[in-house]
Amino acid sequence: MSIGHTLLGLLESGPRHGYDLKRAFDAHFGQDRPLHYGQVYSTMSRLLKNGLVEVDAVEAGAGPERKRYAITDAGITDVAQWLARPEKPEPYLQSTLFTKVVLALLTGRDAAELLDTQRAEHLRLMRGLTERKRTGDLADQLICDHALFHLEADLRWLEVTAARLDKLAEAVRV
Amino acid sequence: MTPEGSLLAAEGLCKTYGATPALDGVEFSVHPGEVVAVMGPSGSGKSTLLHCLAGIVRPDAGTVRYGPHELTALSDARRSALRRTDFGFVFQFGQLVPELTGLENVALPLRLNGTRRKEAERQAREWLERLEVDGAAAQRPGEISGGQGQRIAVARALVTGPRVIFADEPTGALDSLNGERVLGLLTGAARDTNAAVVLVTHEARVAAYSDREIVVRDGTVKDILAGLR
Amino acid sequence: MSLLRPRATAAGGRTGGRDRPAPTVPGAPPTGRAAWARDLVMGIRFAAGSGREGWIRTALTATGVALGVAVLLLGASVPGVLDTLHGREKARENLGQAHPPRAADDTLRYASADTVFHGAPIRGRLVRPDGAHPPVPPGVDRLPGPGRMLVSPALKKLLDSPRAGLLRQRLDYRVAGTIGDAGLLGPGELTYVAQPVTLAAADGYRIDHFGKDWNPPPMRAPTVLLVIMTCVALLTPVMVFIGTSVRFGNERRERRLAAIRLVGADVRTTRRIAAGEVLFGSLLGLVAGGALFLAGRQLAPVVTLWDVNVFPSDVAPGPLAAALIAVLVPAAAVLVTLFAQRGVTVEPLGVVRHRPPVRRRLWWRVALPAVGALVLVPLSRERPWTDTPLHTLGLATGAMLLLLGVTTLLPWLVQAVVGRLHRGPVSWQLAIRRLQLSSGSATRAVSGITVAVAGAIAIHMLMTGMQASYTRAYAESGKEPRISLWANSKDWPQTQRALTALRATPGVTAARGTVDALVGPLPHPPGRPEDAARTTVTVGSCAELRSLARLDSCHDGSVFVTTTRREGAVAPGATLDLNPPRDAYEAVRPHPWTVPRTARTVPLLAHRPSPDRVVYDLLVTPSALDVGRLNGPTTELKVVFDRGTPDAVEHIRNTAARIDPTMNEVSAVDNPHDAQYASVLDGLFAGAVVTLLLIGSGLIISTVEQLHERRRLLSTLDAHGTRRATLGWSVLWQTAVPVVLGLGLALGTGLALGALVLTMIDSAVTVNWPVVAAITGIGGAVILFVTALSLPPLWRMMRPDGLRTE
Repeated sequence: MSIGHTLLGLLESGPRHGYDLKRAFDAHFGQDRPLHYGQVYSTMSRLLKNGLVEVDAVEAGAGPERKRYAITDAGITDVAQWLARPEKPEPYLQSTLFTKVVLALLTGRDAAELLDTQRAEHLRLMRGLTERKRTGDLADQLICDHALFHLEADLRWLEVTAARLDKLAEAVRV
Repeated sequence: MTPEGSLLAAEGLCKTYGATPALDGVEFSVHPGEVVAVMGPSGSGKSTLLHCLAGIVRPDAGTVRYGPHELTALSDARRSALRRTDFGFVFQFGQLVPELTGLENVALPLRLNGTRRKEAERQAREWLERLEVDGAAAQRPGEISGGQGQRIAVARALVTGPRVIFADEPTGALDSLNGERVLGLLTGAARDTNAAVVLVTHEARVAAYSDREIVVRDGTVKDILAGLR
Repeated sequence: MSLLRPRATAAGGRTGGRDRPAPTVPGAPPTGRAAWARDLVMGIRFAAGSGREGWIRTALTATGVALGVAVLLLGASVPGVLDTLHGREKARENLGQAHPPRAADDTLRYASADTVFHGAPIRGRLVRPDGAHPPVPPGVDRLPGPGRMLVSPALKKLLDSPRAGLLRQRLDYRVAGTIGDAGLLGPGELTYVAQPVTLAAADGYRIDHFGKDWNPPPMRAPTVLLVIMTCVALLTPVMVFIGTSVRFGNERRERRLAAIRLVGADVRTTRRIAAGEVLFGSLLGLVAGGALFLAGRQLAPVVTLWDVNVFPSDVAPGPLAAALIAVLVPAAAVLVTLFAQRGVTVEPLGVVRHRPPVRRRLWWRVALPAVGALVLVPLSRERPWTDTPLHTLGLATGAMLLLLGVTTLLPWLVQAVVGRLHRGPVSWQLAIRRLQLSSGSATRAVSGITVAVAGAIAIHMLMTGMQASYTRAYAESGKEPRISLWANSKDWPQTQRALTALRATPGVTAARGTVDALVGPLPHPPGRPEDAARTTVTVGSCAELRSLARLDSCHDGSVFVTTTRREGAVAPGATLDLNPPRDAYEAVRPHPWTVPRTARTVPLLAHRPSPDRVVYDLLVTPSALDVGRLNGPTTELKVVFDRGTPDAVEHIRNTAARIDPTMNEVSAVDNPHDAQYASVLDGLFAGAVVTLLLIGSGLIISTVEQLHERRRLLSTLDAHGTRRATLGWSVLWQTAVPVVLGLGLALGTGLALGALVLTMIDSAVTVNWPVVAAITGIGGAVILFVTALSLPPLWRMMRPDGLRTE
């Protein structure tokens, strides 16, 4: 899962402080793994370096500096590309996909299309496995089946998600 | 849009059941020898699309072209004739005539087409052998297993040498192993005969037997790979 | 998993579409006769090879068609049976020739000697050949010799039985052989041909051939009506049954046809296949019906209806009728099937029903019976009733419309009544709601009952009405134990001897007798030959005459003129012709006789009116008039007997036969209609029971099928803890409501129709309530029967396995 892209995506809806970013991230995606402040700031500085975000304002005051970040055009493009690029199908992909879906919804992009793209990618892999299974020996068949069942489970999750996109959109926009 | 070289192509298909739109402007095409999976959640209109493509159901709007013919404009008799000669069908269940033996079921489309009984049954037997189900030739559908039944259905779909095979959840009632066997035989035979397959399924593992998939959602279609290519 | 390897040999001779040209819509499939044949054969294949359900439907269709065919063949045989009967009677009879032949080698003397034994009529004919080559009637090779007789097999059996002692005495001839079938009307006919040792010229007439030119009278309107009503009452349930049976297993058949549609059969093909399925059952039914008819007619010898008893071979429909039945009944079954499929299109994905919900309109349903009644009511005003083709047609049409109207009215009635029923226990509610939803199938079956019961009641009323008139007449004249006998008379002493013999017969309490004849005025009245003989003269001893009129004094030689005042009255001194011509063509020599001037005028005794009471104009003692000069004088004997003496009547008949075998009997001692009535009533009951059982089985089929369709629901109800009794009662109500309504309607229609028809034939309207109650009761029993037989499947379907999905 790409924290950078996630934070970028969160910025798309408007400039935020680092603290806000962490809270927003945790609220949407951090159920099992809340983000450390350090991760936020190190990620943001990398993004700054790549020109994907810019510092919108700095609030004076004690304590840690309170920079407000805003996304640049390059950053928006980057998010779009990331969302559109299907993930390499692999086990335990859900968290990334989930992040992508929520971000797509948050940024007003077509989440369904994202899921369909991912499904196509999954199927491409599954086709390869199926072909290998058909031509391979028993061991191949068993190995391929194992992978196929996992991929199928992912896809099922995608289906369920796709079916519930409307509800999800309501939830994330609250 | 009728993609170049396509065998069967649909444009702007709309079909409404009561107040519910099942299809809402669907585009579709399939080339000879191509296996296309039609995916999508239940109630998305997958089966309706298949029925429209096969000329079983007349769409409210839109066209289905099969070669030079406008399927939607043909009479029932002509569409029935097409189903006999150019199309083959494999459904989830219930498509075998319970009163006929396996062999007779497979020979049925040929006989409807005017082939003599002996010849029809000879060809049917060859297909049963090809699908490794010749053991059930003399049995009635009630006396054989689901997997055997589906393989007989596949044999029946293939026996006329169809150019398009329509399969609607062909493995829906089978366990994984039997399902895969049926799928392997179906797509393999289709590829051998250069027939196109329209494969409606909600299972990814079934769709993995296809060359390409489309997704029907809320009555519209997304041809993902076409977009990616 | 093995990969499909393409084979060297292509399956179907066509491995790939690679080389196929651009797809073309194939030409039409084989059409015309080939397609018909193929599809019908496929349908037959389905009917024959589709397991238990298919066989049940085929068997049901076959049963229905078989019964229909048998009934129709029987009905179509009725005219043939009557024709054959008349033909047989014509061939063996000669009622006398207009120009009697002279005695020759090929002539014989012929006379009737019919008698009755214990109520059974026996036809007897006496022959006395004039030469060596007399004519012989059919079934007889050679006439019996003197003192011998030929008997029918049935009479032979009767004569051989121990209870026929008196009959053996009466037919005092040696049995020389039996009469062949050609000479009999039916196998049960009692008849004989005998040659008495003497056969007087007065007894009988001379003939030179057998076979008469005589046309049978057409059937009377009530008879026509009876035949039509019986056919309608029997056939409607059969049609209803066929209708029910072809619907059996409809769901599964529709699934199968859909599967065939999927692989490319068009709508017409599926219709042809469906037709083929029914056709198979129909053809089986046709064969079975033919067999049933052939087997059934073997029973003909044991059946006697209206004294008609026929040979099995005579019960045969005309070839045209048989051909029509053979074609039309299976065709009708196919039509019923196609009709049941109206509004239903079998599509590849299943069955589409685009039949709008049936609105039961009242007007045309009422129209049918109303038109029937409108046709009948004016006819019932017709006084007196005359049999014209138009009347008969109206009667038949009206009766049929009224009966069939019941079937159209019933669905409306059931729906209307059920729609107004509400509260009640759960079982009642379930049944009523079910009927409200669809009362069609139950009503269909019940309408059969309705017609059958209405028909049975009407037929029965017609029978009872006719019977009641006979019974009244016989009760009136049969009140007195009295037998009248008459025979041709030669002279008075013969009558005197007959009286003596009768008085000596056991059981006889009184016997009176005279010689009667008609005489006319001389000269004959011009132009009116029927008036040539209008004076009734009776010759008898003073003792006999005293039983007729009040005589102050009488001796042999007296002549009396009575005080009756009719045109036949004569005055003393008038000249009479004792041998008047009986019609304009009879050229006879007048036998003049003058009424003595001394003849006294006397009053006749006032006798109670009775059918055999004769009003005499002239009373003559034997020596005053030579009986031999009279034209056709008859001995008239009246015998009163004691009912307490066993076989008194048979003894009297024996005495009469001894006096003169050609003696005729006029009596009311046996009412022949009693036996007829009883046999018809039995038949009616048997018919009603069979019909209602048929309907009952139809009802069971539809009930069980309905239960089957609702198996899951029933299991669910069971799972909810619904008591079996509740569901059992609901099945009962579901059957009972339409049946009770149907029976009510049937009762009304039957009674109305019966009353109308009876009024029409001028019979008193009588209803034999016990019989009506019994017929209705059978209908009620059918309800219980159906419910009882539906319960085991109901219990079975309530088991939890119904919850499983297939």
